[in-house]
Amino acid sequence: MTERLFEGADWDFHTLQRITDACEELAKNDLGLDVYPNQIEVITAEQMLDAYSSVGMPLFYKHWSFGKHFAFHEASYRKGLMGLAYEIVINSSPCISYLMEENTATMQTLVIAHAAFGHNHFFKNNYLFKQWTDADGILDYLDFAKNYVATCEERYGRVEVERTLDAAHALMSHGIYRYPGKKKLDLRAEEKRAGRRRQHEEEVFNDLWRTVPKGAAKSRSALSIERRRKLLGLPQENLLYFLEKSAPRLAPWQRELLRIVRHIAQYFYPQSQTKVMNEGTATYVHYRILSKLHEQGRITDGNFLEFLQSHTNVVFQPEFDDPRFSGFNPYALGFAMMQDIERIVTRPEDEDREWFPDIAGKNDVMGVLRDVWANYRDESFIGQFLSPKLMRHFRMFHLHDDPEERAGIRVDAIHDERGFRRVRRELARQHDVGFIDANIEVVDVDLSGDRRLILHHHVIKGSQLNETDAKRVLQHLADLWTYDVSLIEVDANDKVLREYVVSPRPIPAAA
Amino acid sequence: MAIHIIDRRLNPGGKSLENRQRFLRRAKSLVQGAVKKTSQDRDIKDVLEGGEVTIPLDGMHEPRFRREGGTRDMVLPGNKKFIEGDYLQRSGQGSAKNSGPGEGDSEDAFRFVLSRDEFVDLFLDDLELPDLAKRKIAQTESEGIQRAGYTTSGSPANISVSRTVQLALARRIALRRPRKSEIEELEAEIAACTDEDVRAELVEKLEMLKAKSKRIPFIDPLDIRYRRFETVPRPVAQAVMFCLMDVSGSMSEHMKDLAKRFYMLLYVFLKRRYKHVEIVFIRHTDRAEEVDEQTFFYGPASGGTLVSSALQAMYEIVRERFNPTDWNIYAAQASDGDNSYSDGELTGMLLTDKILPVCQFFAYLEVGESGGSAFDLSDSSLWTLYERMRNSGAPLSMRKVSERSEIFPVFHDLFQRRETAQEKVAP
Repeated sequence: MTERLFEGADWDFHTLQRITDACEELAKNDLGLDVYPNQIEVITAEQMLDAYSSVGMPLFYKHWSFGKHFAFHEASYRKGLMGLAYEIVINSSPCISYLMEENTATMQTLVIAHAAFGHNHFFKNNYLFKQWTDADGILDYLDFAKNYVATCEERYGRVEVERTLDAAHALMSHGIYRYPGKKKLDLRAEEKRAGRRRQHEEEVFNDLWRTVPKGAAKSRSALSIERRRKLLGLPQENLLYFLEKSAPRLAPWQRELLRIVRHIAQYFYPQSQTKVMNEGTATYVHYRILSKLHEQGRITDGNFLEFLQSHTNVVFQPEFDDPRFSGFNPYALGFAMMQDIERIVTRPEDEDREWFPDIAGKNDVMGVLRDVWANYRDESFIGQFLSPKLMRHFRMFHLHDDPEERAGIRVDAIHDERGFRRVRRELARQHDVGFIDANIEVVDVDLSGDRRLILHHHVIKGSQLNETDAKRVLQHLADLWTYDVSLIEVDANDKVLREYVVSPRPIPAAA
Repeated sequence: MAIHIIDRRLNPGGKSLENRQRFLRRAKSLVQGAVKKTSQDRDIKDVLEGGEVTIPLDGMHEPRFRREGGTRDMVLPGNKKFIEGDYLQRSGQGSAKNSGPGEGDSEDAFRFVLSRDEFVDLFLDDLELPDLAKRKIAQTESEGIQRAGYTTSGSPANISVSRTVQLALARRIALRRPRKSEIEELEAEIAACTDEDVRAELVEKLEMLKAKSKRIPFIDPLDIRYRRFETVPRPVAQAVMFCLMDVSGSMSEHMKDLAKRFYMLLYVFLKRRYKHVEIVFIRHTDRAEEVDEQTFFYGPASGGTLVSSALQAMYEIVRERFNPTDWNIYAAQASDGDNSYSDGELTGMLLTDKILPVCQFFAYLEVGESGGSAFDLSDSSLWTLYERMRNSGAPLSMRKVSERSEIFPVFHDLFQRRETAQEKVAP
């Protein structure tokens, strides 16, 4: 019999090393995973709270909102309202996984298999992450961002920097490209670029230019609307990008701050689109690895039972009328779908052959799964691979809530022959960021007139913006733009539903 | 592939401390309000322990574009009995859950824990010693210069000749530099010498000595020492707070408790805010004594009442230790207002003639029995006396307190930062 990895609940750093080696062997040979080099860090509960408040990143610039989140998490943690995550994993190369020191040896094994191999593989191979994130550069970039923000605070004052960052944070969810651009992001180059720009400014600075008389302003009215919009790159849905490039009165350092916030938002963009897949992958991987370790006799029955207990807690899906229900649990849905794919590939039924002719009975479980992990996001993954059997298992049903409908909320489809496709399409939509985030874009700027910035919100299914929040965000936007901003909510037929107009606040005299 | 396992547990904690401070700074007014509210119904010792406060989340809101309303579609798990085309009542079970994902509008208040320092800082933030002209001086420090040994570098003006020569001498002796007299002696010997061989030998010796004295300088840069000076902060003016407390028999436990709470606050406030504040504790019955803080707050005492004794004691201490031209003098007196009838005149005289002229500020706190309101009691003898003096223009502040909860407001009231033009000094 092979040697046990550990006995009981205690672990030390040698144990961690043995566990990691064992997991790595299985991950590479049995599952064929392809991962970034791993870096495993053991941290305390307080450090975990720290990490929580800075969106899980090991280093981040300073901002009051992180302090607020920390205070909030800390208060609820102290009261016992909230347990802490067992781990946090960072999409970087090397891939950093934080393990809590309180975890038992079994839990550490679970977490290493889950994070250091499951998530890690997903980060390295999924197309969204490849497209939008630069795992090699992120830590350096965050370091640069942190220093840059600190330098700005020194030079221009904390209040000014805070104002800019507040505004940028409010627009963060609309500071991302949703469609792949021309080139891949290279965060290391970003840092160098900012340095070069600063250096260039310093080199070519000549105070004489200030004294050169300005000629008569060129008449812009000659520009046709079409040309103008083209010059400004309109319509533009990336509000932060638009402000960075076109806001008339921002200082260079403010533009750089917007850029930093934008890059960080973009870095997290794939994560929000792949919650189900990412967690599904990691959970499936840890389940496979732990089962195998148990099979090989490298962990005891007792430890395996402990693992199963945590595992079932993680993949628990309360039903809709359960007080604990708060939407689909991505771990539960993801794991169930991965297992279901395994079933379809190895033991298909007639129904599966009909629904999934490409993969049913193909027998190469890992090949299929690796392909799925690499090439889908939540929306397409659910739209493609949610099987009727799973819909029946979860007893899914589709509700349609039309406020106009007096009779109540209609049950539109259930898990039956007629409803499978509709239920699946709706669930896929629920995971499509295109539907979740408000569709807002800059459509025009009145350059010859009062420089008003005009935005459109394309209202889907009558769902308009929350008024208080919208006004606040627009206020931030106007402060950055420094002229009036108007947001028009239009429905599919271009009918105007509502219009907001916000003027910038005067900048306090302190500046 | 190498796997790095790193133990981060020993890394310094408090990584988010700065963010927290920023957050508190931003939420200052909100937190302050909450702190005061919390502190009203707590023991002073507890107040100083910090604790949980709740602030409205509103001011700290981070807005985002959020959508709401409209027609909604959702897929839910756990269907038990519905079939296609069923309708669910909105107010019923089905819809109650459907508050929509990700639209957290629910939290209207935000709770978190403040540490002791944060709590006290915020609690005392808008307080200061009410002062006239001397306050500014009291806060600035002048730098005095003090000799502090020698150093190897400095300005030529500071060369210490005696020390330099001393070191040079030591070095010359240690390295056996030939003395001038030695060379002269040798030269004389050569002049007197007739034997050629001996002479050549002596000349050689002389050359050697000369070369050596050249190699080893009389004063080397190594020897040079400069006088070193250090700057030491020297407060120009200082402040002293006199705490006068009546502990006579007429003071009930409740009154003493009120008075002590007041002084406890005052004590904490002064200790934290001002570097150069001396505090003198005087308690009195029919005679007064200066005591240390332990005795003042916790020592038992009882007896008759003679307010003038305390004032007299204060006056004597001022004369002995605190010259009014150098010191800002403050006094806070707490009493139940009883004074023996014959003492009134003396008290008044002491105050007007001796105490008030040297004081920046004199606060009088009258403590009353719980439940006793100001209306149904005639004013006490001390209160009447002080009021008369105040009306004639004496710089007195007077407050009455009969409930615990009034202590904090009154305290704030007395030491509130006064907004006058000349007081606009950066903290």
